[in-house]
Amino acid sequence: MLDWPLLSAITFLPTFGALILLVTSNDEKTGAAQARSVALWVTTVTFLLSLFLWAGFDSSTAEFQFEEKASWLGGNINYHMGVDGISMMFVILTTLLMPLCILASWKSIENRVREYMIAFLILETLMIGVFCALDLFLFYLFFEAGLIPMFLIIGIWGGVRRVYASFKFFLYTLLGSILMLVAVVWMYVTAGTSDITTLLTYQFDPGIQKWLWLAFFASFAVKMPMWPVHTWLPDAHVEAPTAGSVILAGILLKMGGYGFLRFSLPMFPIASEYFAGLVFFLSVVAIIYTSLVALVQEDIKKLIAYSSVAHMGFVTMGIFTFNIQGIEGGIFQMLSHGIVSGALFLSVGVIYDRMHTREIAAYGGLVHRMPVYAAVFMLFTMANVGLPGTGGFVGEILALIGVFKVNTWVALFAATGAILSAAYALWLYRRVIFGRLEKANLKSIADMDRREILIMTPLVLITLWMGFYPVPVLDIMAVSVDNLVSQVDAALTAYHGVEAVAPAAEAVGHAAGH
Amino acid sequence: METIKVIDTLHASLDLALPEVVMAIGAMALMMFGVFRGEKSFKAVSWGAFALIVATGLVIMDQAANDITMRTVGFSGAFSVEPFSIFLKYMILAGSGAAILMSMEYMKREKLDRFEYPVLVVLATLGMMIMVSANDLISLYMGLELQSLALYVLAAFNRDSLRSTESGLKYFVLGAVSSGLLLYGCSLLYGFTGVTNFDALSAVAAGEISDATRMGLIFGMTFLLAGLAFKISAVPFHMWTPDVYEGSPTPVVAFFAAAPKIAAMGLFIRVTVGLFPVSDGIHQPWQQIVVFVAIASMVLGAFAAIGQTNIKRLMAYSSIGHMGYALVGLSAGTKEGVDGVLLYMLIYLFTVTGVFVCILAMRRKEGMVEHISDLAGMSQNHKISAFVLSMLFFSLAGIPPLAGFFGKLFVFLPAIEAGYITLVVIGALASVVSAFYYLRVVKIIYFDEPEGAFQPQPMALRLILAASAIFTLGLMLFMQVPREWTSFAAGSLF
Repeated sequence: MLDWPLLSAITFLPTFGALILLVTSNDEKTGAAQARSVALWVTTVTFLLSLFLWAGFDSSTAEFQFEEKASWLGGNINYHMGVDGISMMFVILTTLLMPLCILASWKSIENRVREYMIAFLILETLMIGVFCALDLFLFYLFFEAGLIPMFLIIGIWGGVRRVYASFKFFLYTLLGSILMLVAVVWMYVTAGTSDITTLLTYQFDPGIQKWLWLAFFASFAVKMPMWPVHTWLPDAHVEAPTAGSVILAGILLKMGGYGFLRFSLPMFPIASEYFAGLVFFLSVVAIIYTSLVALVQEDIKKLIAYSSVAHMGFVTMGIFTFNIQGIEGGIFQMLSHGIVSGALFLSVGVIYDRMHTREIAAYGGLVHRMPVYAAVFMLFTMANVGLPGTGGFVGEILALIGVFKVNTWVALFAATGAILSAAYALWLYRRVIFGRLEKANLKSIADMDRREILIMTPLVLITLWMGFYPVPVLDIMAVSVDNLVSQVDAALTAYHGVEAVAPAAEAVGHAAGH
Repeated sequence: METIKVIDTLHASLDLALPEVVMAIGAMALMMFGVFRGEKSFKAVSWGAFALIVATGLVIMDQAANDITMRTVGFSGAFSVEPFSIFLKYMILAGSGAAILMSMEYMKREKLDRFEYPVLVVLATLGMMIMVSANDLISLYMGLELQSLALYVLAAFNRDSLRSTESGLKYFVLGAVSSGLLLYGCSLLYGFTGVTNFDALSAVAAGEISDATRMGLIFGMTFLLAGLAFKISAVPFHMWTPDVYEGSPTPVVAFFAAAPKIAAMGLFIRVTVGLFPVSDGIHQPWQQIVVFVAIASMVLGAFAAIGQTNIKRLMAYSSIGHMGYALVGLSAGTKEGVDGVLLYMLIYLFTVTGVFVCILAMRRKEGMVEHISDLAGMSQNHKISAFVLSMLFFSLAGIPPLAGFFGKLFVFLPAIEAGYITLVVIGALASVVSAFYYLRVVKIIYFDEPEGAFQPQPMALRLILAASAIFTLGLMLFMQVPREWTSFAAGSLF
């Protein structure tokens, strides 16, 4: 293991980059160019650094690795960082998507470039921090602070209804999280510590667990987003600039699922079991209902946004099966969706930059002018559908296997939803790419340039790699997930054991009395 | 029970009150100087007042360094100095000093540069210092009135402006009513117990008392708290705040917003946890009052601010809400609770002062502007101060990782520890509502099209703004430092 604070370095390097940007040229043009290259360099170096994380990661243990600890707020609240098999991949996902986002904004962002890059770099620090934090308050700080840069990104560089979308995004998420803060404080007061590693083994009273679970659920369900609190997402996606959408879909949404895995399941297992039915119901509704909604969308981004909600339904469903396949499927689905949805938004960005419209009806027949684009978009559409051989398939099928073991009906409805996803995705593809090239303004549209191909290449490769050879990714999470499942099982057996024994003991007592 | 060091000679007592003595003599000297130098002495008197405030701070520092680690009571028990009051005095002096620096340029430009202004600020500051050291109903009232009378005059300082005189009059009339309530409370306390000293009152309350005395104590305390609630502009005694904020000259409002609230909050703490500690049987009534006032203030502060278009009125409602949050910490009645309140006030002081620096900077060629919409597009004309102002508003909204989040966190913690979960949930939900109007300001600063640049700011203001920004943005890194101060200060009350 390395003996220097690798996690902190990865987390705070982007912030350092943002500080560098403060002293770049004030001149509009040179300043913008400098901001772009600094941001690209910093995010690339961060990504390379995060590969050390992968290289040094020991996948044979469920313990937290690369741990760092320093006193912070006083009391028992410390600066505590660390990753395990569940969180490590999310860090890599974040650092991977960031340079691509910077590249994607290279030309489409023209005003206030420096501020834009600063917002993105700060946002990267906060997102990585969420996945590394091993202290409740530290986690909350990163989790919530991400609202500020995202609010500004949507509001300043967004589309026509950007103000509405940014407010909705901010207030929805804040309302969800603020209840989590109350629960966090309560847990700290009760358990006497906010250290996540300690809290993972702390047993909260079953009655209280339900309240705490609900408070955390309010936050993660909004972030995820689950039906019916998903309505902020389509608005935010549509109005956000391309890179903002990529980050939203690719990483911010994953924080909800990560939260379920890190907090809800291990810390409140009894409540999780109690509410599993509710989660299944909401997930299935999300899968079917939002898929249907996606079918009728006229805006490409909105369609992909609704498809994200449906895919996140698979994630929540998988997580709450409490078995290895389900949870691994959920995590894998999050990772692959992070890549695929990010890539889809980037694809939309490619044609949006050319035509400045996201309306499906404005396109058609692009394959004649943009063959490379058509191929790339095809791959990601298929991955979104869950075609075998793409990353989307592995996660979906694992989650379905997991849920089959628990509840056949849920699995049946979820599988139906998968068919619907094929319907809207393929139909979208047909309307945008195929058909005759009739619209006059499309006649001169150019295919992807080198920058855009550079952005897409890694995503294409990763999508195929995750589809054909998912084992390395699954291996990393295997031990941690196994540990999580056995921990939840043990807690549930202990609880039900007590419950089952209690009436029996009573009966024995009665018998002895008579 | 804490150990108290009692000082019984006048000489030693005067030594204990040396900062106040320095300030009082200094105020007189400044006044004489102003009278003899005439109208043109504004600048000199202002700098003199600032120097006086710094000097007083140094005297306190010397006092703190020497021997004040526990409560020390002088003047036959009427005056008490301990880390708690020392900490509050530092904050008050910082608020007043900043207010004087902020007003110099403004007063000159608006032709309000009369030497009485800095003298009045110093006198008000003196009153506040006496307030936080008061250990007797009489010294309490003396400090409170000295502070209030100076503030009434300051509110009406722009005597040619209708709105300013109106706000001064309103403040005076309502303030007089609240002083009456407070005096009535004092008289009840004295009537039922026969003592005016806080330690003696506390001893009576802790001992065996008849139901009638108990009732009298509760009534007296309620009136006392009503009077103080007026000073911190907590609901239902908040009505004066928006009007006074709107009408008074902006630097005066900047002064109103921080220092007097800190002093009154200190007094509030002393007459609740200090006078009737939770270990005695009589704490429940005041806890109920504090919980009610806290909820009412947080909710009203959140909802009423939504409709405001004037930035000073917005800040008035915001301050009402913030006092509610501070009281959440007090409701626990524990050391941690007081600790949280002190930390909250410290953060509030820095944040609000920064915001008022920005409000003072809202000046175009044709004069001062105060509408929120005048901030439109500030982010393109004044990148740095727009960024700082937005961060200050995010901090006021309590969004991490800014200072305001930690303020809220450390008042929520003790309240939950004491079992006030509903109170905290209401506070948390109200903070979402208030986030809406703070966001609206950020929206105007960042999302709207620019409307024209403001005039440049003087250096002193920039320095204050920088201090405020560093504190608000950097607090997460050095959180332990103020936490040590506040817990040391709070510990001296218990």
